[in-house]
Parts: sequence; C-alpha cells; structure tokens
Amino acid sequence: MKNIIFIVIGILFGIIMYKSEAASWFRIYEMFQFGSFHMYGLMGSAVLLGILGVQVIKRKNIKPLDGSDMSLEPKDKSVTRYLVGGIIFGLGWALAGVCPGPMYVLAGAGYVSILIVIIGALLGTLLYGVLRKKLPH
Amino acid sequence: MNILYEPWPWYVGGPLITLVLFLLLFAGKQFGMSSNLRTACAAMDAEKLSDYFNYDWKSKRWNLLVVLGAAIGGFIASHYMSNSTVEINPEVAQQLAADYQISSAGEAYLPSEIFSLEALGDPFNIAILLLGGIMVGFGARYGGGCTSGHGISGLSNLQRPSLIAVIGFFIGGLIMVHLLYPLIFG
Repeated sequence: MKNIIFIVIGILFGIIMYKSEAASWFRIYEMFQFGSFHMYGLMGSAVLLGILGVQVIKRKNIKPLDGSDMSLEPKDKSVTRYLVGGIIFGLGWALAGVCPGPMYVLAGAGYVSILIVIIGALLGTLLYGVLRKKLPH
Repeated sequence: MNILYEPWPWYVGGPLITLVLFLLLFAGKQFGMSSNLRTACAAMDAEKLSDYFNYDWKSKRWNLLVVLGAAIGGFIASHYMSNSTVEINPEVAQQLAADYQISSAGEAYLPSEIFSLEALGDPFNIAILLLGGIMVGFGARYGGGCTSGHGISGLSNLQRPSLIAVIGFFIGGLIMVHLLYPLIFG
C-alpha cells in the first residue's frame, strides 16, 4: 500500500514538472538569461508556501501519518561542499538543461537522448563515491 | 478544460510543487530527487567501488518508486495533457537561433538540435549530454542535494547550507550559459 502512495506522489510530481515546463531545456536556458519570470515564480512561490507550511508544522508539532518525526533535520554545517558541489551541479544543470527530477519525467515522456544524461548522472554519482574521501567537505 | 491541456503558469505549478513537498513530509519522507542516484548505484552493487554505497539502500527504496511515478507522470503529461511545445521569450529564442543555430523554441519541448535521435548521430551531442549528466550527478551528491532537495525542501526549512548550494547552482549555471556556451556551441 505504501508503495502505491509513493508511485502516486511521483506521478503527480512528473505531471507538474512537465506541465509547468520545469523539465524543458528552453525554460532552464531562458532562466539563466533572465528572460522570463516563469522559473523564478515557480520556485519562489513553492518556497514561500513551503516556508509557511514548515513553520506551521514546527509550531503545532504536527507529525507524519505514521506518527514518526517529520524529516526536517538541520543539514550539516559547511560551506565548501555546498558551494563547490552546487557550482558543479549548476554547470551540469545548464549544460544538459535538466536536473535530477525532470530527467525521469523526460525519460517517461519518450526522449531517448535523456538516457545518456541519466547514465552520466549515475557515473557522476559513482565518481563522487570513489573520490569522496579526497574531497574537502 | 484548457487548464489540463495548456502549459501551467508559475502560480499553478509553484503551489503544486509545495503540495508534493508536504505529501512526502506527511508520508515521513523528504522531497529530494537526487538521492535516488545514490540508491540506484547502491542497488547495482556499487559498494564494491566505494563504501559510500554500502548502506541500507532498501530503506530508501521509496525514492526509486517516486522516480518510477515521475516517469509515468511524464508519459501521461506528454501524451494526453500537452502538445509538447514550449514558448519562451522571443528575444531569447532569437538569440538561440542566431548564436547557436538552435531554432526549435516554440516548436519542441527540448531542442531537437541536441535531443533528437538524428542529433545523437553526432558524437558532440552525446558528449554534451554525458558531461552534463556527470556534473549533475557529481555536483548533486557532493553538494548534498539538487534543485528539489536544497532548492525546495532545504530553503523551505530555512537551511543556510541549502541557500549556499542554491547560490552555487546559479553561479554554475550563469558561468555555463554566459561564458562557456559561446565556446561550446558558438
């Protein structure tokens, strides 16, 4: 049953990514050219509503349906890994024009070429796993 | 029912992204798409290469299910809810055509000059897609998250690390589009 819930949430996410055009190379490029408010509005409104909702959850101490703790742990403190990792991610995001969620949305939509990006992302993850202990975090 | 067929404006898409964030929180999980990359590597026995992949990946199986759903959602949206063309700012479209001979804006969802099957015959395009993917995967795991995990979840939880990462995303993206695109595609 829980499996189906995650698949349904994924389907909803996939439809939203495709329909809002966040999965489109053109929208990513346009965003980095500051050519439209679209992507900024999309992420900005999602974050503003997210901040409000998370504050309500924290103040009212709302629990997930199974009574466990909300997955809202603070992230580890650092600058290097977030800044350097973030810049490398951003270079790839703009080069391939796609980020990790929409990759699968586009694969489902039938874009065969996106499989090369997915293979690349898995290779990049492997590379990080191998180099991790040599990298500053 | 045009709202089902027309592209969704940001004020429809944005709140729906927040809905996904809270659905996952109420299911006891955190919205973040790139952790599935580690899960997928671990599921394919990558622990032989690095102990980074030696963990209880089955407990993270849920994020592979979300990925499966995302692909199904992409199929549904592209086949039944869209004509799969994306209109962008005409000035940006003109610049793409003039500088990089990418003229499929308004006619396709992804530029056919890079993503069509014919374009795959050119090793240059394969290299672009592979290199882009490698940087996305490496950067997301080194930086501990991507556009969803840092950009939506982390910022919603007012995490300074996520703000640093998102600033990094934009530094990288702006360097790529403004400094490197003219060298790569020009």
